[in-house]
Amino acid sequence: MPASTMQTMEHRLPDRDRPWMMRTYAGHSTAKKSNELYRANLAKGQTGLSIAFDLPTQTGYDADHELAHGEVGKVGVPVAHKGDMHQLLDGIPLDEMNTSMTINATAAWLLALYITVAEENGVSAVALQGTTQNDIIKEFLARGTYAFPPGPSMRLIADMVAYTITEVPMWNPINICSYHLQEAGATPVQEIAYSMANAIAVLDAVRERVGERGSDLMGTVFGRISFFVNAGVRFIEEHAKLRAMGVLWEELGRGRYGVRDPKHLRFRYGVQVNSLGLTESQPENNVQRIALEALAVTLGRDARARAIQLPAWNEALGLPRPWDQQWSLRIQQVLAYETDLLEYPDIFEGSKVMDGLVAELLEGARAEMAVVAEHGGAVKAVDYMKASLVDSHRERIRRIEHGEQIVVGLNRFTESSASPLIDDEGGIMTVDPEVEIQQREAIAAWRAQRDQAAVDAALAELGRVAASDENIMPATIAAAKAGVTTGEWTAALRETFGEFRAPTGVGEAAAGDRDEADLAELRAEVERIGDALGRRPKILVGKPGLDGHSNGAEQIAVRARDIGFDVVYEGIRLTPSQIAASAEQEGVHVIGLSILSGSHRELIPSVIAALQERGVQAPVVVGGIIPAADVAPLQEAGVAKVYTPKDFDLGAIMRDIVELVATRNGVAAQA
Amino acid sequence: MSPGGEELGARLRDGDLAAAPSVLNLVESRTAADREQAAALLRAVSPARLGGEAPGHVVGVTGPPGAGKSSLLSELTRAWRARGRSVAVLAVDPSSRRSGGSLLGDRARIVADPDDRALFIRSTAAGDRLGGLAPATRAAAQALAAAFDIVVIETVGVGQSETEVGEVADTVAVIVQPGSGDVLQFLKSGIMEIPDVLVVTKADLGDLALRARRDLSAALRSAGARNTPVVAVSSVSPVQGIDTLVEALDAHRAALDVPARRAAARRAGALADFVVEHGERGLRALGGRREAVRLLEAQDTGSDAPTLLAALEARL
Repeated sequence: MPASTMQTMEHRLPDRDRPWMMRTYAGHSTAKKSNELYRANLAKGQTGLSIAFDLPTQTGYDADHELAHGEVGKVGVPVAHKGDMHQLLDGIPLDEMNTSMTINATAAWLLALYITVAEENGVSAVALQGTTQNDIIKEFLARGTYAFPPGPSMRLIADMVAYTITEVPMWNPINICSYHLQEAGATPVQEIAYSMANAIAVLDAVRERVGERGSDLMGTVFGRISFFVNAGVRFIEEHAKLRAMGVLWEELGRGRYGVRDPKHLRFRYGVQVNSLGLTESQPENNVQRIALEALAVTLGRDARARAIQLPAWNEALGLPRPWDQQWSLRIQQVLAYETDLLEYPDIFEGSKVMDGLVAELLEGARAEMAVVAEHGGAVKAVDYMKASLVDSHRERIRRIEHGEQIVVGLNRFTESSASPLIDDEGGIMTVDPEVEIQQREAIAAWRAQRDQAAVDAALAELGRVAASDENIMPATIAAAKAGVTTGEWTAALRETFGEFRAPTGVGEAAAGDRDEADLAELRAEVERIGDALGRRPKILVGKPGLDGHSNGAEQIAVRARDIGFDVVYEGIRLTPSQIAASAEQEGVHVIGLSILSGSHRELIPSVIAALQERGVQAPVVVGGIIPAADVAPLQEAGVAKVYTPKDFDLGAIMRDIVELVATRNGVAAQA
Repeated sequence: MSPGGEELGARLRDGDLAAAPSVLNLVESRTAADREQAAALLRAVSPARLGGEAPGHVVGVTGPPGAGKSSLLSELTRAWRARGRSVAVLAVDPSSRRSGGSLLGDRARIVADPDDRALFIRSTAAGDRLGGLAPATRAAAQALAAAFDIVVIETVGVGQSETEVGEVADTVAVIVQPGSGDVLQFLKSGIMEIPDVLVVTKADLGDLALRARRDLSAALRSAGARNTPVVAVSSVSPVQGIDTLVEALDAHRAALDVPARRAAARRAGALADFVVEHGERGLRALGGRREAVRLLEAQDTGSDAPTLLAALEARL
């Protein structure tokens, strides 16, 4: 090749790109165990940290709170105070590390703990790099780990952004999440539109907070906002989605916020690829899915992820083990280091297909954003968006049930040989139940050894600031330094802000319209049973514990309504005694419980005990991520039936439940 | 075997709040045997058996969807419990016309301590009754008023449902949010009956809420209802107006001729039950609705609903 051609060559990069940041979403049991895991992961070539907190930490409860029961150390690490955070980060150089924390309602608190630990180790806050997820609107919509009502929640976010922009300037104070919207069933258009609407709500709130300091600061703020996205297995369209988001983001910056610096206008995102599409049946196929989904966020250079974390192949079975997570890290490393992916400029430049897809998505997203704007913006449109997501998810399930959407190994090609990957333990990690007891004791010990007067003073100051217009961060950092606990910080704010229950989205969900033929038979049976019982069969759908993943429960509730049940659904975060009280007062014929956080072995027997205490006879069915080994113990505890992700046919589940109601009430089988 | 009507009635007379779930299971049932037991229950809590009208205050809470009824009810319940009053909430939700099923969501919005046995919440589907009360709600309210200090009936809608609630409640509170012009129109045109208390929610909206309150007061005046209180409340932090509302409800009840209103409620209930059982044809056989009402009014004012129904049926 002549030298002149070499110089003008536009299809190769002069230098290979540096790979994106590689992380693994990790944390479990205790701060000490998680610290060991982080060090091992870094030794395997991981380049950043991604901390998974347990549900009590995410929702602001200490391990000894009633709602924490069964959840301590399950889906992440418990961090109750600066001592835990010190242990969690022990030996990790915080001035070099880039740490992502999946934390939302209590983000201000966990960031304060992180800053405290850094400073107590001689690292200034100015040197800290990382991200707090801190996106509360999607918690109301999809993930459920909110703690405060929308107004005060948005204020906390605005406070954090305003604080970090000057005091922790390399920190990304918020990740606008479209990830969880897709997990809740969002279409690509919904994912784009709702996350952009969400970003607008945040930016508008921050503008009020930093407005007086001049519009220049808004450019800096805009440049520090990053996104956390999802990628499904339709990886071409998914890539187009990211390009469309980039276009909208720049438009938004220029148009609405007057941002001019191209550096600030760049759409930056991290990603965890899709878990919703991962299957429990033939789980090894998930590896292919994950690899293809990783392509969606890396293929085109103009819309490539800054940071990637991949789920593990066995997530639909239970909690992944370190080796499972290593496999996912290796997928990233093969993609980045073995393939030629990073050697080229954007490979979709000038592609008719890609441009066409982007234009389609932009048109749909703009229309949907206009609808949200008509509702008065993302905060006010939570009910609307939630109901739309429930509808989309219902449509997705319907398509899978009817074979219109093929899922290999689930509704097609289901013949399989036995998997050698599943060992005696079920191919998953289990958290020692002793962890919760130890953690409860540890927190009592922590409270006993600290300077209580300093703690009381810090909490009083926190309460004063919460009720005022001042930024919450300085008082929060002071509380972290004084030895306040996660539960105490949150309780102090709940005192001022109040508690909140998010909309369930099911009341507004459209009635089943396409499946009349499928539903008619079950409806007739429900009518028949109702006539025999004297009243319409009634079901309580409940989510015990802190797990906020309510898709399954919502879909069961909507489908039960569609076949003629009266359905009592109270949303997430219920104690066993609340569920039992509802079951008794409502006079239900059957109770459906959903748990995805791995706390079923503790919580389900507690619910059953509470029901017995009240003399409720109604049978209990359970759905969720329940490892095979746990099914028998649950049945022994009195559960009538257990459903796992491989039971994708809602119609079949409903037939079971109808039959259960009939037999338990002595209604003879249909002639 | 579920407890019989006489036994449940006795438990309610003794103030046993734990009887409430069984009472609801019974009055909701449509089987012939249960209906007999439900009648026995109502007879067991009749004024004759109680030695007077049931002491509880039956409060109807109604209004258009989205007005903030459930959040308001949550705060109201909290205020009543703080005053040491026991509360039963009967929340009526619409049923799907297509499947007959329903999603009963109101319970989720009422903050309740599960160990508080003096707070009972039951959600009921309205069934075939478009915008109206669930068939069992009248009976449930009459029975529970024997044991609970407050019995709340919550329904959705304005017009029909508000009229029906008015037939069973001692006090009807209509809840509207600022900017609901239809309520103004309904009040002026007489489509809607004059509520005992009118509540404007979302008082945190400030001027908007103030204007709504003024407009409603003006509409009430032009409809000749100068004394109907209009209370502005906010159910979001900072909560305001709830104490005023509690006082307004109490004041209405204190000034009320309870025996007369209850007698009217029982007559309306008996007539509604009669129409469900025997239809328009049955009404014609009695000589029409007016004649049926006259028949009912000729009965003893303390008669319970089943006795009134039997009196009508005796004329068939």
